[in-house]
Formats: sequence, C-alpha cells, structure tokens
Amino acid sequence: MAHILLRHRDVENIHQLDVYRQHQGYEALQKVLGMEPAAVTNIVRDSGLRGRGGAGFPTGMKWGFIPKGAGEKYVVINSDESEMGTFKDRELLERNPHQVIEGALIAAYAIGAKQIYNYCRGEFMDAGYAFEQALKDCYANGLLGENILGSGFSCDFSMYFGAGAYICGEETALLNSLMGNLGQPWSKPPFPAVEGLYARPTVVNNTETLANVPPIILNGAEWYKQFGTDRSPGPKIVCLSGHVNKPGNYEIIMGMTYRELIYSEAYGGGISNGKAFKAMLPSGGSGPVVVEDALDAPMTYEGLTPFGSVMGSASVVIMDETVDMVWMAMKCVHFFHHESCGKCTPCREGTYWMEKLLKRIYKGQGTQEDLQTLRSVASNIGGRTLCALGDFAINPVLSTFRHFPQEYEAKIKPAAAVNGQGKKQTAVPVAAD
Amino acid sequence: MSDDLVTLSVDGVEVSVPKGTLVVDAAKKIGNDIPVFCYHPKLEPVGMCRMCLVEIGLPMRDRATGEPLLNEDGTPQINFGRGLQTGCTVQVSPGMVVRTKTDPVEQARADVIEFLLTSHPLDCPICDKGGECPLQNLTMRHGRGNSRMVFADKLHMEKHVPLGDLIFLDRERCIQCARCVRFQDEVAGDPVIGFHNRGRHLEIATLSEPGFDSYWSGNTTDICPVGALTTADFRFGARPWELTPVATLSPHCPSGSNMTVSTRREAKAGGRSVIKRVMPRQHEAVNEIWISDKDRFVHHFAESADRLTQPLVRKNGKLVAASWTEALDVVAGKLQQAGTAVAGVSGDRLSNEDLFLFQELFRKGLKSNNLDLANGRLAGGDIVAQVGISSGSNLKDLGKGDVVVVVASDLHEEVPVWWLRLKQAAERGAAIVTLNVRGTRLDKYAKHALRYVPGEAVATLRQLVNQSKVETDGQSDDPIAAAAATVGSAGNLVAFYGAEGLTYDETESVAKLLANLLLLKNGDGHAGKKNNGLIPVWPHNNTQGAWDMGIHPSFAPGYKALPEAGLDAHAMYEGAASGTVKALYVLGADPIGDGLMDGRGKLDFLVVQEMFLTATAAAADVVLPAQSWVEREGTFTNAERRVQRYYPAITPVGDSRADWQILAQVGERVGLGKPALAASLVFRDVVKAVKQYKGMDYRSLAKYEKQWPDVGGDDLYYGGNAYENRSGLGQQWVAAAESGKVGMFEVAETAVKSSPGLKLVRTAALYTPGTLISHSAALLGPRMAQPTLSLSTADARKVGVADGNRVEVTANGMTMTATARVGDAPDGVALISGVAYVPGTAVVQIRKLQEEKVA
Amino acid sequence: MIQDKYAEEIKGILARYPTKKSAALPLMHLAQREYGHMSREAMQEVASILDLDPTHILSLTGFYTLYYEEPVGKYVLEVCNDLACALKGADEFAAMASEKLGIDVDETTADGLFTLKTVMCLAACDRAPMLQCNLAFHEHLDEAKFEALIAKLRAEAASGKMAPSVVEKIAAYAKQS
Ligand SMILES: Cc1cc2nc3c(=O)[nH]c(=O)nc-3n(C[C@H](O)[C@H](O)[C@H](O)COP(=O)(O)O)c2cc1C
Ligand code: SF4
Ligand code: FES
Repeated sequence: MAHILLRHRDVENIHQLDVYRQHQGYEALQKVLGMEPAAVTNIVRDSGLRGRGGAGFPTGMKWGFIPKGAGEKYVVINSDESEMGTFKDRELLERNPHQVIEGALIAAYAIGAKQIYNYCRGEFMDAGYAFEQALKDCYANGLLGENILGSGFSCDFSMYFGAGAYICGEETALLNSLMGNLGQPWSKPPFPAVEGLYARPTVVNNTETLANVPPIILNGAEWYKQFGTDRSPGPKIVCLSGHVNKPGNYEIIMGMTYRELIYSEAYGGGISNGKAFKAMLPSGGSGPVVVEDALDAPMTYEGLTPFGSVMGSASVVIMDETVDMVWMAMKCVHFFHHESCGKCTPCREGTYWMEKLLKRIYKGQGTQEDLQTLRSVASNIGGRTLCALGDFAINPVLSTFRHFPQEYEAKIKPAAAVNGQGKKQTAVPVAAD
Repeated sequence: MSDDLVTLSVDGVEVSVPKGTLVVDAAKKIGNDIPVFCYHPKLEPVGMCRMCLVEIGLPMRDRATGEPLLNEDGTPQINFGRGLQTGCTVQVSPGMVVRTKTDPVEQARADVIEFLLTSHPLDCPICDKGGECPLQNLTMRHGRGNSRMVFADKLHMEKHVPLGDLIFLDRERCIQCARCVRFQDEVAGDPVIGFHNRGRHLEIATLSEPGFDSYWSGNTTDICPVGALTTADFRFGARPWELTPVATLSPHCPSGSNMTVSTRREAKAGGRSVIKRVMPRQHEAVNEIWISDKDRFVHHFAESADRLTQPLVRKNGKLVAASWTEALDVVAGKLQQAGTAVAGVSGDRLSNEDLFLFQELFRKGLKSNNLDLANGRLAGGDIVAQVGISSGSNLKDLGKGDVVVVVASDLHEEVPVWWLRLKQAAERGAAIVTLNVRGTRLDKYAKHALRYVPGEAVATLRQLVNQSKVETDGQSDDPIAAAAATVGSAGNLVAFYGAEGLTYDETESVAKLLANLLLLKNGDGHAGKKNNGLIPVWPHNNTQGAWDMGIHPSFAPGYKALPEAGLDAHAMYEGAASGTVKALYVLGADPIGDGLMDGRGKLDFLVVQEMFLTATAAAADVVLPAQSWVEREGTFTNAERRVQRYYPAITPVGDSRADWQILAQVGERVGLGKPALAASLVFRDVVKAVKQYKGMDYRSLAKYEKQWPDVGGDDLYYGGNAYENRSGLGQQWVAAAESGKVGMFEVAETAVKSSPGLKLVRTAALYTPGTLISHSAALLGPRMAQPTLSLSTADARKVGVADGNRVEVTANGMTMTATARVGDAPDGVALISGVAYVPGTAVVQIRKLQEEKVA
Repeated sequence: MIQDKYAEEIKGILARYPTKKSAALPLMHLAQREYGHMSREAMQEVASILDLDPTHILSLTGFYTLYYEEPVGKYVLEVCNDLACALKGADEFAAMASEKLGIDVDETTADGLFTLKTVMCLAACDRAPMLQCNLAFHEHLDEAKFEALIAKLRAEAASGKMAPSVVEKIAAYAKQS
C-alpha cells in the first residue's frame, strides 16, 4: 500500500514544493480555506485522529478546547523528538516537510491562529534547514504570510531550535523554552489550550500528528477510519531499533501485531544474528518493558494495556537474549537522570538515587536492601512528580523487576563474595554524574 | 461579597474563603498546616517541591443533568480520582473536600522529605539556619528519622560561594525551591540570580555586576527555607536561639519599615548586648515582610568605634572630656546668655520625643521661635496635614482603576520599599504617572512617564492638574493630556512628591498643586478617602515627625500657626556668619559638613548633640554624646503619618544619653521643671500638644493583630523567617480632609525662568555616603555610590567630556569632582549622583580634569 | 561582536517573536558559532541585545547541553551511546574513538581540533553506531569510517576551508527572510 505519511518513499523529491503540489499538495488547505473553521475541527474529531506524541489525546478535541473569539492564538509543532529509540519526526521534517506544514496551516485555520512555530530539537539543525527551505518556498508561493492562496487567511510560520533538553518535548516545557525561559514544565492547569505560548491559547501537536491532517481533510473522516481500529484509527510510523535485522521507520496500519513488525520480512526481518528475542521496549525508554507474551498484542493505544505497557510514540527497541536487563534499566535511568530538569523534588532526587542504586547493583556491589530501596524509591516517584518524566523514569525499573527479578537477584551476592566483579555482558562505560 | 466566597471542607472542617484562594492558604486559615517549601504566599505558586501533596476530592455531577450525585445518605458523592495533588497550585472550588491526614498524604510527605535529604548535608550543628530552619522543623514533623541513602552516594558541592559581597551560597544545602530566584524576579524585579545547570546539578548563580546586584538581596535569606543563603553580616555570627529579638524601625527612610534587631551579649564586646543581625518585621500596611539591604546592613554605625562616648567642652581652644553636669551647665548658661539671639536646628532622624523637647526648650525655655530643620529639602508638612494619605490606607490595596502620581522623585533610590509596592500596584493594574526631569526606574512600570524641562516642574504639573479637570475620552497624542485623562478617571488617587531638581519653594508649589488635584472633582475629590491622598518623599525617617513636633519657624506642634515666625535655617546660618545669631544648638545634624554653614562664623556659642564628631561638632564649644536609635526607645512618624514605636536593643555606648534626656536636662536648667523620667511620659506631653496624636499612647501604639500571611512563630516554613509583629502596628493620624472640608490651595503663578546653560540636578542613590552609612561602610563599601556626572551625548560633546573622564563640577558656589557618564541624561541637564544634597537646578560649569598620574 | 557582524540576521530573528526573550536560544546559537563556546563575553552580549540580565543567559547555557561553557575543539564529535545505539555497540565505538583520538570523553585534542562527547539519543537509532559532528549526522559508522572521517576533517581544517556549519546556513536563511 502506498504510504500516507512517509510519502517520500513513494514519490521522489516530494520535499520540493512543486513535486508536493503535483501530488495533491496543499489541496487540503485550499479546501479548508472555504470552510467554517469549526467544520474543519469536526472533520478531524470525526476521523478519530489521536496525538502521535505519545499520549494519544484526540486531536480534534484538543483543537476544540481553544476558545473562540479574538486575540492571538498559536499552533506549535512539537518536533523535539528526543525519546530514546524515536526517529520518525526527523524523517518527516527532512523528507516530507510540506505535509507537516500543510497540516499545521489547517490547524491554524481551524483555531484562528496567525502564527505557527515549529519547535525542533537543536540537534536537528540539518533537518531543520531542509524544513526552512520548504518554508521559504511556501512564502515565495503565497502559501504562507499574508492572504494565503488569496483566501484572506494570513499566517506566519517560524522555526525554533531547542538546544539539547529532552524535557522540552513535554508541551509546557517546550512553550517555556520557546519563550526564552528554562525548559522546565509548569504545573497544569493552566493548560496550553487556555494559557499557552505568551499566555495565549495554544495547540501543541506532534509533527506526525499534523502530517495526518491533510489526507484526512482531503479524503474525509470515513476514509481515515477504515484504517486501524475503532479507537486507534489511521496509520502510524513505528521506529524499530535494537536487535532486529532491518531497523528503521515503518508506516503501519494500527492494529498490526508486534510479532509481525519484528519478524515479517516487510518490516524487521527477525532478530539479528540469529539470536532469540528477550524483551522489547515498545515506547522507548519511557514505557514499561514487555516480553514474549506481548508480541501478539496489536499496535494500538490500548493494545498493551493487558501487558502493563503502552504503545506511546511507537519507538520499539528490541533486545535479544544476551541483554542484561539490569544494564538496560540502568541505561534508561541514566537517561532520565541526565534529562530531569530538576524542577520537582521526586524526579530530581529520585532519578539520581535510582541511578546510584542501579550502578551499585549492576557492579555486583548491591545488597538485598538496595533492591528493596530501589523498588521503593521508584514507587515514591510514581504519581508524585510535576510532569510525566518522573513516571517514565520508573517504568524500566519496575517493569524489569516484574519480568526479570532473577537478574537482579543474581547480582546480589552474599556479602563475602562481593568483589566488584559483576558478570559483564556488554561493555558499559557509564558516564560519570 | 458572599458570592465571592467558596466553601470547602478540610479534614472535615468547613471553611469559606474568597474565590481564587489556594488550598494551602485555605487550610492555613483554619490552622491546618499543610507543609510547603517552594510555595510562599507572596510568590506565584509553582508546585515544584511536592511537599504539599494532599487528597483533593470534587463533588460528582450527573453528566446529563449537571445535578450533583448523592450517596444513599444524601451526602454528595466525592471523586478523589486524580490521586495526590499539590495544595499550593489548586484553587478552592465549592464543595471541595480536602484530606491532609490520610496515609497516602503522610507517606508522600515523609517521602518528599527523604528525597530532599538525600543530597542535603545535614550539617545543622554548624548551619546558621539551625534552630529556625523550615527543613529541620518539617523533618521533625513529617520525616522518617532515618535515611536509606548511602552516605557515600551524597553529592558534595561548594559550601562558601559568594554571590556577591553581601550574600553567600552553600550549594549543598540548597533544596532548589527557587524561592530566591522567584522573589528576585517577581517581587524585586531584579532577576539577577538564576538556576545554573539542570537536574540534580541545579545551583543558584549570578552573572550580575556586582554579584547579586539588587537592593533586596537580603530578603532571599529570610525566605530561603534552608541555610543555603546567608548574609555576610550574620553568617557564622551566632546561633538563632542565643538571640534576643527587639522590635525597631528603619532609621533611614520615611517608609517606617518595621524591623527586628537580633542581639546577643558578647564577652568580646565587654559583656555588652550587640546587634547580630537586622531582619524584617511584618507590617502588611508598611513594608509587608521586606526590607531593603540598606535597612538590613546599615546598622553598624551604632556600634562604630568612632562613636562619641562622653561630653566634650572646649577649653583653651580644645575639646576636652567633661562631666555631664559641667557640660549641661555650660550649655544652659550660654543659651540663656544669648537672649533672643539664640537659634536651633535639628536633623530629621530623631524621635518625636527628642524633637518635641527640643521645641519645648526653644519655645518655652528660651522663648525663641528660631527653630528649623537643619537641612530642609522638602516643604509641605502643613499641606500633608490637610490632604495626606488617609488613615487606614494601604498601598497594597491599590490596583485596577487606581492611579498613583509620582513627582520629582526616584523612589527606587529614595524609598525602595515604596518603589516595590508601587511596582506591585502597577502589576495589579494600577496606573502610574511619573513626572520627572529624567527617566527613573519606576517608568518601566508607569503608564505615563512625563518629563519637564529643569525649572518648569511647577508649570508642567499645573498643566497636568488643570487638564485633569476636563472630561476627556482619554485619547490624546499630547502626553500630558493623556496622563491627565488617566488621572481624571482615577478610582483611588495617591500622589507622591519629592525634591529632585526642585528648590524648597518649588516643592511647596508642587505639594499644593497635588493637593488641589486630590481635592478636585467638583469639591468631592479624593482627599479624605481611604487609599487616597498625598505622600511626601521625605529625605529622612522622621521628617514627618519633625513637622508634627513644630520644628519649623512658623508652626507650633500640631501645625498651630505662630503669631510671629522665627528665623529659618537659612537665616540662622546667615546670622551666625554675620553675628546676629549668637548661640546655635545643633541637634543631630551637620550643617558645616553639609556645606550649609561656612564654619561657625561669628557665633559666641555652638553646641552640637551628636553620635559622631562631625565637622560641626569639631567646631563646637560643647559636644553632647547622643545615643543611637537602638540604644533607647521612642517613636517615629512615617510619611504616611503612622506613629510607631521602637525599642532599646543594645547596651548604650559609653556615657551617651538619649537625645530627649539630654534636652530635658538642659530644659530643667533653663527653668522647664523636672525632666521626664521616660520617653513614654514625654510622649504623653506630645499627645497633649499635638491634637492630631489624640488618643495615642505607648500602649496603643504597641497594639497588634494577626496579619496575613503567617510568618515567624511555628510558621517559618510558610512565610519565611521574617519576624511576626508582636510589638505594635502603630497608629496613623487623621488628616484634616478625612474629618472635614479642606479648601483649595492658592499657588502663585511662577514665571518660568529659563536661563541659558546646562542645569545641574542632583539625583538620589540609595548608598550615597552620609553620616550613618559612612560609619557602617564595611559591608556596603564596594557598592557605595561614587560621585558621577551624567550628560547627554550632545552636551558631553559641547563641554568636551568623554565617558569615564574625571570632571570638576561647579554650581551654586559648590565645587565637586565626579566621573562622567555619557548618554544617560536628557539634553540640557547634568545629573549628579553620589554626592550630598544639592537643591534646585543651578547652572553648572564643568571642567575636565587631567588624569591623575598613577605613581 | 555579533551585534555588528550579524545585525541583519539578528533583526530577522527578533522579528519572528513577539517578545525579545524568545530570541534567546537562537541568538545563543549564533553567538556560540561566532565565539566557539558560550564565553562570558558571549553571554553578556546576548543579554544586552535582549535587555536581559546576563544571569538569565548563564542559566540557559547551563540548562541546555548544546551550549558549551568551556572552550571546545573545532569539531565536536558527539557519539550517541544511549540504549538503542548501545545495543549496536555504541559504547565500544565510543571507546574506540576515544583511543584513536587519544583523549577521554569530554576532552579536547591537544591541537584543539576535536572534542569527544557521549550524548543521549540523537534520533538515529536505526543507523548505529553514529555521531554528530558540529550537528551534522554521520551514521552507520565503524572503525574504518571513523578514521576516514577524522582524516577528512583534519585535511579540511588544514586547508582552512571549513564547510559552513548548519547554524551558518540557518543564519543565512534568516538574512533572506
Ligand atoms: C517528558 C516528556 C517528553 C515528551 N517528549 C515529546 C516529544 O519529544 N515529542 C512529542 O511530540 N511529544 C512529547 N511529549 C508529549 C507532549 O507533552 C505532548 O503531549 C504532545 O506534544 C502533544 O501532541 P499530540 O497530541 O499531537 O501527541 C513528551 C511528554 C513528556 C512528559
Ligand atoms: S538557595 Fe534557598 S531559596 Fe534559593 S533555591 Fe536554594 S533552597 Fe530555595
Ligand atoms: S509543591 Fe506545593 S509547596 Fe512546593
């Protein structure tokens, strides 16, 4: 089937404006410009499109929260993509930018915004440059700026580069960063839809979410709903990495199983080096790890619920039988400790503490008490933090405890046997604090 | 009113609070202490420390009908669905149910404390905050008593980081609550400290020049909930539990800021009680819980080694130590000998009791009206008595629809706490109108920032006042008309006036014009109404009291006009030079040092009552050593006419005596009868003489009531370490307009005299050298204002001066040297700061000095 | 002084946002490119353009990892050794790079050319091992490709003709808009 999102894989040079336009580009925009803004939101709501940033919040409903009436409003694209194992938005920005721009313009029209910002992680300067080229072409061709396509609708669009901070993917941290502040989240409420950028109503949508919008508008909500499941309609880009033969981005239709993703020749092509599957992180470092039994679950927002995990941003990291799960948890926790913004106590102190404990345990110097403490520190973070990063940080710990308790136990030696020679499976120079 | 009240229940107790109240505040109001660290009632909530987690339930409603869902017993069904929430960020709503004592809540508290302590050094035994530390207290209350964090895993960081010369940071102790950063940003408007790095490595840092460049830095040490921030003044100075707190008032500015001095008896001070620190004392109508760094750090003069310790009498041309009896006898004898050629000038830092007795000595004892302030800068005490800000007013009440006019004053430098409160009024929506010769920092918050040409202040203000009478639609390109429209539509109207660039006479016209502005509106004006009226930006802490006490050649105490006016200070100094004044009594002032008097002239007798051997004292025949304000008690009256008490805190230095005592003893010798035994008794006489003070006594002034937010006591964690006010809120006296009609003031038409040439205007700087600060300079030394002359680029070019040049400045017969700054002044004006007071706008000569050769 | 050198670009950047403060990160990217790292001077300059206290720029510099407070080499090599890359040998790759360059992670070679860093996920997990050099992606690496890259960069530096950095390209765009 032809791609809906990764269209550059079917159409060469679709990043160029003229090529994009030859393939129905900006026809969706043209279409909405003649519509009532509320009707646009309705189509998106009816399509059942859910946010691709991870949380799966219904997009049309989010747009609907924006108060009607005058005054500045903003659309902000979340291209901060920094979740470990996630690399889909980068590809869209670089290779299919116009579909994102068009989606954002439709969002702007629907909510009455005259300014769009694309908040892009600083490391994406290359992709960002490609995206800026696309913006420049739009300005030159009456697709951005004053009186777009002669419709009377005007909208500006600027890039914004972050500078290395995972937390800026969280929407309020992102908005703070865009306002020139420290990229720390704020306590909600106020929600961005009410008081967002510059304290004005703001829609924050993931890059991929917006790429879904033009085809929905063009083909209608019913067309879109034929893909996927009732509650998780549409295509989804899955980022597959780790121990598979063919890592990469794949556009799938939601509802497909993880097993198919990993083993089908059309996708992952099986575990690399002929090894056996051991575990999978379905949502990068931030979602709980799952094991073999979850492989037949469908890739939908609800599919992994019975297995205690989530699809999230669909960043699927595959681990083969050689991977030490304590090491894996330590890597993840190191990430979250490194990326904790430090604003709230449980996350700031808890991630630091968890990493200390995990390192000690991994090195074979941990005690039974350390194991208990680790478990308890993790639960003391859960549900008590200002944003979800704290909850993310405990997922790899608690889920490995659940599935692989023996790997932790094995590292706890009777006091006399501890000599610092923990069994090493992968060389790990763990960065200093 | 009840529409705006919301009723909720906290642990089963019902409470009604205004809409918008946060759960923690609502709980606090009924004595339920939800612990907090990052929350501070004067700062925007941020919900970051997570200490205040509680269970919050909301009544459930039927989705279709919107009707409340009820349990079988008829009580509303409550949904606690969202788990624990931060009480500091959630606003109350009707029917809300808050639980603060449940297991999950207790556990969350213990867990957050445990987290906070993972990296905290627990060096309480050597921490300045130990004993009055919110973290320590809340750990005792909610903590677990042990930590599972392995000690070796603790993060170790620098413990003595100077954030500047006033404030030190202990990086290990900081719990990243951001109170200090938010205070500097939100309250002080000086965002000069911030977080550096992120995550567990967040640390407070500054890049400002000088470090932590703010007049408010000390307040961060009060609200820091741990011992991370300490002042250079107090750190390692004493343990909190050894300190005796004594209530006092700012001796520096007319705000009447309430403070507490903490004292301790020290062996190294010979067993004397000495000041260990100065901190704010809560007075929500005066200074809330903030004091400027000047108030906090300029107290060392009281214990300066330069203090006079015994009376001096001139013998054979030299001042030599003498007994009090001898000195007082000489003074009384010489004053009487001078007959009608006797005169007295006083400073405006002394207490009402001192000033009243000075006045009694002259008017009743020496039968002379030759009495004045030694250095009067600002006129209008009598006008303030008519239309001064009404009693019961509070700048904190000003907001949307209200207007504040500020004329000829730079409040940030003169009375910082008013600047702070006006900034906040502006943030609440009040419109500020400034009228100055140049830009001041308040302009940033002003709706209209008007300028006048030097010499034309009165004319410009007159335009503003006249146009305010006219009903307009508020649309105007003319800045004065636009400001007038704002003023004309004011809900409440408060007017401040100062003396910057004005002559004394001009300040009187300004006061009258502003009075008329307040009286306008067809006779039913603002004057006399709460949160309306005039506030003079007096140069000193008790200038108001000096006016009230009749330190004026033409007013007796209480503004009773005298049948025959005496000499004013200017005439006295001339009389001293010419010989018509024979004996001069200088009380707490230094006219020679200030350049007002050219030596002692032809005086037969000069007596100076002072703390220090000033230039005037050095020229005197008798020098009487006076006590500083912290050695004795008394009352000051602030510019809002609030009479407040201060209390003796430290052991008197040497043989010095309280000014009122000395004056009573001189009075006794000139026939005024037995001296009063206590300041409180002198105050009784004040009240008899000053009708405005009717009903006040030392007990009524000491009355206090509970203020919001809670500070001090067990509530350190809440409002910070500022002291709770248990020593008195004072009493405001009633301005005439509050109780009767006041007529408009005649303001003579003044011809605009625009002489050619560059005009010199002296601008204020908080840390300008002066008697008190110069004897306390150690700490603030590096921040002291240096003489600086600012010129516009065009004027600098005309006079041939470049940025950074040393220049000699001559105006009004005075010559000063200063460093030139180019670009910061309007054309035609030379602004000089860091020098003693220069009145008016004199034509100035500027000469570039050759750079001194460095040896 | 970026103020003078990039007056046009700065004007363009400021025009994109309703508040000056929003321009902080873009101007810091520009300043860092000019000065090599966020020196005190650079922070002060950005602050003065934006009417902010320099402390704020210090805060931002410390918060965001792409701003360097200490001087770095001409080429900053940032190897991702986050989980997904580490599964594909990124840790070993970083160790190899460190050995080849003769420096530890977070150090700069004596000739001032290379600084080696390990960083969190760079969104190239399917092409591990990988690194970014001055924000340009180099993917599917191995020892030989790494050596070739270093050789190429050495030659480039010796010839004095450095490829325009991405920041430079962005700045060029700002100039046109
Ligand atoms: C710690 C954290 C990191 C996040 N990172 C990203 C991200 O990189 N990209 C993204 O689109 N959303 C991210 N999110 C989710 C956003 O907060 C937000 O929900 C999303 O941008 C909304 O867009 P959507 O509704 O289109 O998914 C993150 C959330 C958290 C708590
Ligand atoms: S120094 Fe004190 S007030 Fe400032 S963040 Fe740290 S603990 Fe809070
Ligand atoms: S989070 Fe509420 S007091 Fe800190």
